[in-house]
Amino acid sequence: MSIMVKRIFTVFLLLVPGAFLSSQGNASSELLSGFKDKEGTISIAGGTAHIPVMNDAARNIMTFNPRIRITVEGGGSGIGVQKVGEGLVDIGNTGRALSQDEITRYGLISFPFAIDGIAVAVHPENPVAALSSQQIRNIFAGQVTNWKDVGGADAPIHLFSRDEASGTREVFWEKLLNKGPVAANANIVPSNGAMKAAISQDRNAIGYVGIGHVDQTVKAVTLDGVKPTQESAMNGTYSVVRKLYMNTKGEPTPLVKTFLDYVMSPEGAEIIKKYGYIPLGQP
Amino acid sequence: MEWSLSIAAGLSAAAIVCILFLLGFFCMPLLASGEILRIFSWTWQPFHGHFGILPMCAVSLLLSVAATSLAFPVAVGICCYANFLVPAGAGRLVLTLMHFMAGIPTVIYAFVSIFLLVPLVRDHLQCGTGFSFFTAMLTLSLLILPTMVLVFNAHLQQADPILRLAAEAAGMNPVQQVRHLLIPTASRGLVIAAVLGFGRAVGDTMVSLMLAGNAPQLPGSPFDSVRTLTAHIALVISTDSQSMAYQSVFASGLVLFFLLSTINLLIRRIGRRQGGAAS
Repeated sequence: MSIMVKRIFTVFLLLVPGAFLSSQGNASSELLSGFKDKEGTISIAGGTAHIPVMNDAARNIMTFNPRIRITVEGGGSGIGVQKVGEGLVDIGNTGRALSQDEITRYGLISFPFAIDGIAVAVHPENPVAALSSQQIRNIFAGQVTNWKDVGGADAPIHLFSRDEASGTREVFWEKLLNKGPVAANANIVPSNGAMKAAISQDRNAIGYVGIGHVDQTVKAVTLDGVKPTQESAMNGTYSVVRKLYMNTKGEPTPLVKTFLDYVMSPEGAEIIKKYGYIPLGQP
Repeated sequence: MEWSLSIAAGLSAAAIVCILFLLGFFCMPLLASGEILRIFSWTWQPFHGHFGILPMCAVSLLLSVAATSLAFPVAVGICCYANFLVPAGAGRLVLTLMHFMAGIPTVIYAFVSIFLLVPLVRDHLQCGTGFSFFTAMLTLSLLILPTMVLVFNAHLQQADPILRLAAEAAGMNPVQQVRHLLIPTASRGLVIAAVLGFGRAVGDTMVSLMLAGNAPQLPGSPFDSVRTLTAHIALVISTDSQSMAYQSVFASGLVLFFLLSTINLLIRRIGRRQGGAAS
């Protein structure tokens, strides 16, 4: 009998945190309450780095209020500007600031919502802790192939890179490599997670990950004397960063405005962090 | 009964035709603009306008041939061993193990290899990063081994028991029976096992994506990093959606489709001829 009581009690104990969690769910949907009486469609296109964040936000909103339809497409920053400028979509995403020409031609308004910063990463036991940009360029170009040439042990450098369509690679390549060459024999990994797994296992590896993905399994290399952290990326001392923008043509409609606000809300910030970016928060 | 079977067959055939049609449809822009030629070249450097997928085609073919030729003799050996050369109990144990291996998802093989095989190749053979043609080949051959064993085994067991009795009566020992009687009678099984194993090796994505290193180059040594067609599709499609690189994915799909169908047809024809000659 007492076993029975214990079991019931255990089940109860298991249910209680569940109840708390679901009440938290209710709390978060307060942020969604702006969508309560609205209906209509929001179409989004542009930067691929934005897609996971947009998809998650869209899913939360459409689950909360099925009468709102949100479509998310990729295409890249250029497509984002073009489509929103021509009025084909409501929000055009870009991974770069708009040019003055684009702003005047289309009358676009930009809403930066996150920072994407890229850190060069090595194995935690690698004695090399700091590199200059020039050293990194030489390493990735395949000109420097031994760690001893950059102050490390006498061991070959194992290069890890990302595929060409990756946003992470784009920032790294433009801001740090200055669009310089990457050795053809570099291993290519499909995601930030796979990059971390590869580097954390290989003490001669070098690669790059989004700052949000850096943890104790990899060591972020100090670049030209600046340590890549969320703070240094935020205050601009670390330069291998870009902002992610949402852009609208003229002032956004109420529904689109609610969406922009949601992405910049604390719950939006959670989504942004989940994909390794740094949220900028409400301006 | 018969009509339901023909409906099923018709549906499968229709599905394949649809896949081919869709792939062709998505490749149309490439064909129309004449850019298909840029896809069938040897350099993959999207930022410099090179979208060649030929290195990936070659590597897919090479890797699968290597993995199949590695796994094939082992599979035949295991089958003969389990069926004829050891006591029935031990043989059953081996076959049960093969059944179990066949049920393990690909990603598990790849994952385990990352933590066991890759460090081994990197630290003990001292050859590159461990993500290489060699690593992928070993894992792939392990992956296709159970498929080949089970298929060949099914054919071996179909052999007429009278044959074995006759061989026994003629004074052949078990090794002679296997070599001169059972393998020749099950030769079609050998071909089918090889085709299926090869097909699995070409079509597999996870193992090559996680283990081969994915550098879009022709390997100079077995320890170089390489990229297969399937891994190429997975890599590009996860991050892109519009560009020329994205369109190259459909061309890759079409190549894979034709590669598999051609080899299937070819080996099937050989198998039929051999089967005909034997009977």
